[in-house]
Amino acid sequence: MTDVTAGSAIREPYRPGQSGAHGHGLFSATGHGKGGPASKFVTAAYGFWIFLLSDIIMFSAFFASFAVLSQATAGGPTGKELFEFPRIAAQTGLLLTSSFTGGLATLATHRRSIAATQFWLLVTGLLGAGFLFLEVQEFATMASEQAGPSRSAFLSAFFALVGCHGTHVGLGLLWLGTMMAQLWVKGFRPDLLRRLHCFGLFWHALDIIWIAIFTLVYLLGASP
Amino acid sequence: MLGKLDWSAVPFDQPIPLGAALIVFLAAVAVLIWVTVKGYWPYLWHEWITSVDHKRIGVMYIVLAALMLFRGFVDAVMMRTQQVLAIHGPGYLPPEHYDQVFSAHGTIMIFFAAMPFVIGLMNFVMPLQLGIRDVAFPTLNSVSFWLTATGALLVNISLVVGEFARTGWLPYAPLSETTYSPGVGVDYYLWSIQISGVGTLLTGVNLATTILKMRAPGMGYLHMPMFCWTSLASNLLIVAAFPILTATLAMLTLDRYLGFHFFTNEAGGNQMMFMNLIWAWGHPEVYILVLPAFGIYSEIFSTFSSKPLFGYRSMVAATLFICIVSFMVWLHHFFTMGAGADVNAAFGIATSVIAVGTGVKIYNWLFTMYGGRVRFDTPMLWALAFVTTFIIGGMTGVLLAVPPADFMLHNSLFLVAHFHNVIISGVLFAAFAGLTYWFPKAFGFRLHEGWGKAAFWFTLAGYVLVFVPLYIVGLLGMTRRLQHIDMDLWTPWLVVAAFGIAVMIVGAGCQVAQLIVSIRHRDELRDETGDPWDGRTLEWSTSSPPPFFNYARLPYVENEEPYWTVKQRALDGQAPADHESYEPVEMPRNSPTGFVAAFFSTLIGFALIWHIWWLAIVGFLGAYATFVVFAWREHGDYEIPADEVERIDRDGRAAQLAWMRKRERVA
Repeated sequence: MTDVTAGSAIREPYRPGQSGAHGHGLFSATGHGKGGPASKFVTAAYGFWIFLLSDIIMFSAFFASFAVLSQATAGGPTGKELFEFPRIAAQTGLLLTSSFTGGLATLATHRRSIAATQFWLLVTGLLGAGFLFLEVQEFATMASEQAGPSRSAFLSAFFALVGCHGTHVGLGLLWLGTMMAQLWVKGFRPDLLRRLHCFGLFWHALDIIWIAIFTLVYLLGASP
Repeated sequence: MLGKLDWSAVPFDQPIPLGAALIVFLAAVAVLIWVTVKGYWPYLWHEWITSVDHKRIGVMYIVLAALMLFRGFVDAVMMRTQQVLAIHGPGYLPPEHYDQVFSAHGTIMIFFAAMPFVIGLMNFVMPLQLGIRDVAFPTLNSVSFWLTATGALLVNISLVVGEFARTGWLPYAPLSETTYSPGVGVDYYLWSIQISGVGTLLTGVNLATTILKMRAPGMGYLHMPMFCWTSLASNLLIVAAFPILTATLAMLTLDRYLGFHFFTNEAGGNQMMFMNLIWAWGHPEVYILVLPAFGIYSEIFSTFSSKPLFGYRSMVAATLFICIVSFMVWLHHFFTMGAGADVNAAFGIATSVIAVGTGVKIYNWLFTMYGGRVRFDTPMLWALAFVTTFIIGGMTGVLLAVPPADFMLHNSLFLVAHFHNVIISGVLFAAFAGLTYWFPKAFGFRLHEGWGKAAFWFTLAGYVLVFVPLYIVGLLGMTRRLQHIDMDLWTPWLVVAAFGIAVMIVGAGCQVAQLIVSIRHRDELRDETGDPWDGRTLEWSTSSPPPFFNYARLPYVENEEPYWTVKQRALDGQAPADHESYEPVEMPRNSPTGFVAAFFSTLIGFALIWHIWWLAIVGFLGAYATFVVFAWREHGDYEIPADEVERIDRDGRAAQLAWMRKRERVA
């Protein structure tokens, strides 16, 4: 009898696979196909990706409700009357720049430079905080002009969608601050490297969602 | 200080909920005293509560599910008896209480009985079948479980503090808005489902990642056991559908708490948007529950027919087909909305088409049995009852998918009978079948066959006796959720249904007896070999119960029935190779993170229900602190030395090897 496939060449069914790292796979193992379990880094990043997809689906429900309710102004103010473009442009600039500086922090992490990583994370956080400040200012202005979320279904959907994004940015800042403290105390540990990577994914995903909000809510909402 | 909470929240004037709550409370106190007197706390804390072992978490999920199944069953008994006693009379449940009973029944059965049961089985079985040591994120798994338990706890607190929703198991707007439901009932619903929903979503992320990234070496996608395939489809559906539930309930919460107008009658709110959103989650949810059940049946049909699963690839294709099409049928839950004939026709056709995928599976199971040596053990009996009765439920479903017929049968007991018909035979029978099938793997001894068969026959008979009459009264025009009845035409059928539920009570009693008898006779029922059913997949290759690291070495997989291959080689005279050398194994450390996080989320949920804002803030700070402490810990894993692994593995495999040698001699 001749063995044709690589698999049947080994008759020992308990053949240790690519379990170099005690069953957690090699760093290079991707986990797909027949290569055995992926490394913790790959698994964590991949799992976080799936989580982000679910988060994007949650946003899509808020986008859908905004689409349904965008004309339901109930005699109240419309987007065209409410949206102030200079602020929205500034917000967009801040968030997109923070994504860029977040990328620089990732590059600094790859170089294992704690000082540079901390610096760029700090810049990212400050830009994000600036974005959030402007958003809160916008919400407060609208609320003071009798255009709060209880005024109409359109405004309910607007505040919920944009506010959900803002909440994500706020939680991201909390996460960022916690990670910076941890980095300061413990340095580049494997678990922190995984979390820094996931934070990068998270921050860029928020950027993508903001671009959709900018286009669908503000640009379309304010167009004639 | 305590928001809306005061002594009027406790229903001192209503004997039924108060009595029920008192019994539950006394039972809980009795259990706590027993645990304290026996000194089991350290054991429970170290081995179960803080455990991140997927097998332990799976067992805890199933214990939670069994308790909630009992609670939901009590609600069902109350509804069936009320409808018999309230013919030309008031019955014993006033309307406001009856409404809470049917709402709680549906909510508990779907979210806290069916879901935890299915997730528990996936948790326990799937990593074993994949030949790995744990799920992708073990601590997150523990968090998921405890968040689910939090939701169940909040629902049961509503029994005695305040009230539960009176809106049905899905809180349709605008009935669920503050105008029409000013009490805390809907708030209990919202926060308990929201918190447990987050747990479920995290489970979906966790298990999908596990299947996609952590299979044993050699296990390509088309080598995965069918239960892993259906689990994958189910978890992908969780990832894709549960965020919609989160968003929808968040919108309703904003309406109720902050005066938003998503679904209100005023200011441009849109009630039909609630229907669309909730069913865009709700229909995939049906398949989240039933796909793993199909996986369980596939394993059982194959094992107890002593044959490989017929049409493995077509089964995979049918599973993924159902997975995708399940997102395209949601509108059939409200054909009467008035979307128009073209929209209704499109969704009606999609609904009929999804039955094709299930039909493929039914034929595959039948052909799996054909020509096989079928053994009628309890799991196989449940599976056979499933195939026979599920076809009827599926047929009535296809009937309801025809919009003109649906206009007649909408919200009737025919509909109620249909979805109980599919969900009981589809999910509940699978849960019992899976429980009986994998129980020896979890605890090292089999369940008592006699009591198992008695439970099966009584449950099956009761189920037919309850729901066939409900089909008939549905066709006779009886609508669902009636608190009292004035039609003599329906009387005989309602009496038969009440008799049926009595038979089901006997079935439930047999289940309890089965458990007690099996535990008492565990030495006679001991499973020495780790393979009590002559199984085919990897979980049967390890000892029963498996060592906490599952496999001393990750198995190498060459086909979709790796353990069957090993056994056949043993019969061919190739004794299973002994491990020459062992390596140290790295396992995750136990962590109280899940339990502590659930404690704080219980505080958050309770505080928000009763508008106790300071307590909610305390809860959020506590939850944040819990995760910081977790993130700060020094060592997430620990290493088990090679000689320890070898000792445990050799102990576990000694009986197995002896059995294989004996079988070899016989052959």
